[in-house]
Amino acid sequence: MRRQDIDKGVQSVFLLVALFSITALSLIMVFLFLEGIPIFETVSVKDFVFGKYWYPTDEPADFGIMPLILGSVYVTLLAGMIAIPLGIMTAIYLAEIASPRVAEIVKPIVELLASMPSVVIGFFGMVVVAPFLQKLFDIPVGLNMFNASLMLAFMAVPTICSISEDAIFSVPTALKEASFALGATHNETIIRVIIPASLSGICTAVILGLSRAIGETMVVLMAAGGAAMLPTSIFDPVRPLPASIAAEMAEAPFGSEHYHALFAIGVVLFVFTFGFNLIADYISHKFRQVGEASL
Amino acid sequence: MIKQRLFAQKVNFSLLKIAAWINGAALAIIVYFILSRGWRAISWEFLTKPPTDSMTAGGILPCIVGTFLLCLVTILIALPIGVASAIYLNEYAVQGRLVRLIRLGINNLAGVPSIVFGLFGLAFFCIVLKMGVSALAGGLTLGIMTLPVIIGASEEALKSVPQTYREASLAMGATQWQTIYKVVLPAAFPGIITGSILGLSRAAGETAPIMYTGAVFFTPDLPGSIFDEVMALPYHIYVLATAGTEIEQTRHLQYGTALVLIALVFGMNLTAIILRSRLRKKVRT
Repeated sequence: MRRQDIDKGVQSVFLLVALFSITALSLIMVFLFLEGIPIFETVSVKDFVFGKYWYPTDEPADFGIMPLILGSVYVTLLAGMIAIPLGIMTAIYLAEIASPRVAEIVKPIVELLASMPSVVIGFFGMVVVAPFLQKLFDIPVGLNMFNASLMLAFMAVPTICSISEDAIFSVPTALKEASFALGATHNETIIRVIIPASLSGICTAVILGLSRAIGETMVVLMAAGGAAMLPTSIFDPVRPLPASIAAEMAEAPFGSEHYHALFAIGVVLFVFTFGFNLIADYISHKFRQVGEASL
Repeated sequence: MIKQRLFAQKVNFSLLKIAAWINGAALAIIVYFILSRGWRAISWEFLTKPPTDSMTAGGILPCIVGTFLLCLVTILIALPIGVASAIYLNEYAVQGRLVRLIRLGINNLAGVPSIVFGLFGLAFFCIVLKMGVSALAGGLTLGIMTLPVIIGASEEALKSVPQTYREASLAMGATQWQTIYKVVLPAAFPGIITGSILGLSRAAGETAPIMYTGAVFFTPDLPGSIFDEVMALPYHIYVLATAGTEIEQTRHLQYGTALVLIALVFGMNLTAIILRSRLRKKVRT
């Protein structure tokens, strides 16, 4: 066999392996839907998504996941309110202001925060933050929406920070220099030139950060309180989508309605994060910054 | 006027600095609590003995072994597939619809929630492929989850290999595969290893994907092979903290296990971070 033929063969093997990711993603979708669809023989899609009561083990059972969806949405939004400013500000600090020596300390800190196992953060929320909140705000339960959001925020910050930082870093120096040459201070340059120029990257960062927060399981399982009801204040316990799946899978017999309902929740969760990712992908391609000309 | 503008700058920059250090403070507080309350639980017995008295005393050896087995399967599946995917994307692929599709797949795989990986692993590996709850099924689930991290890191490592290396090799009459195998891969090797350590550290700390695919409450014996169900460090923390019979009494065991897990994960990360910064310095000079 000629070595050129070997080369062709090798190339096809690599192509096949590279297709593995898309295959895995398709398999995930197929199995989620296969196991999730059967629940819609019992409840309609509308009652499932908009139903207000989630009592999957009652007789007859109620499969309405609105409280779970709202739990997820609220927790994620609240986490975003903390993580978005914190993440972006840290990114600006790292990319624009910090001296290389300081950046070399702060960056590993952010990376270590990213690598912190979610179960440890959930555990910390449970045993340290919950009693603290209980005392501080004089509330009956420390495991609630606010606690979970706070913990989730610190899981989303590293994602938001590192992607924003890349975007800010890639703003051409010429733009900065032009702004300085017009007499703008560094502060004004950051606000008027650098942030607008890196906005698409920052948006991508925010979306991916929120996507990570909405799919995060252990933190909301351990620190959110776990009550499947519509929350009325930020100190109410909630039961977000991932927490329901994780908490109830053990007690749902294989092939039962409950089992299929949990897979259907998985579908909803998947659709959420898939949507977030498609939007992020769209923004980063559509508004990709190509030199100064794109402004 | 300029004074005001510089004052505004000072205020804003201080705010940014505070924001950056809030992250440091958060990390320090978490580590402080786990460390100060966990170190007393750590002893030679804790690390080398199985749990006793229905998990209210004893050690965590089976969890350490279980996490190790899960990681082993994870890296065996994710490293070859990840590196090969990266080689295709960076060395062979021509920009086009197919590459765009593959990248979309990788990006979306990276965004799939960990519990959804768990559901998939349960339905596919445990039930359809009849692996049952085992280190193999859990490790495969973690492997697919880790894949995007390894692909990303490997691609970055391949990209950092100067184009002139490839051109020199091709000019000597080597084929593309020979060039990749003999020139590009050795040059990218340290970067690939760094990225793999980072990916593996993430897998080691994950709980949700293994809850229903690989990990169980308690096993009476150490796992004999990857076809057995295992105990795992992260799941052990969760079980002790939420489902044990004596949640308050086993607090020190929970903190101790959390400390071991953090030490493991941070150890891997610091190794990778140090390796990488050395690598960067080498590239610069």
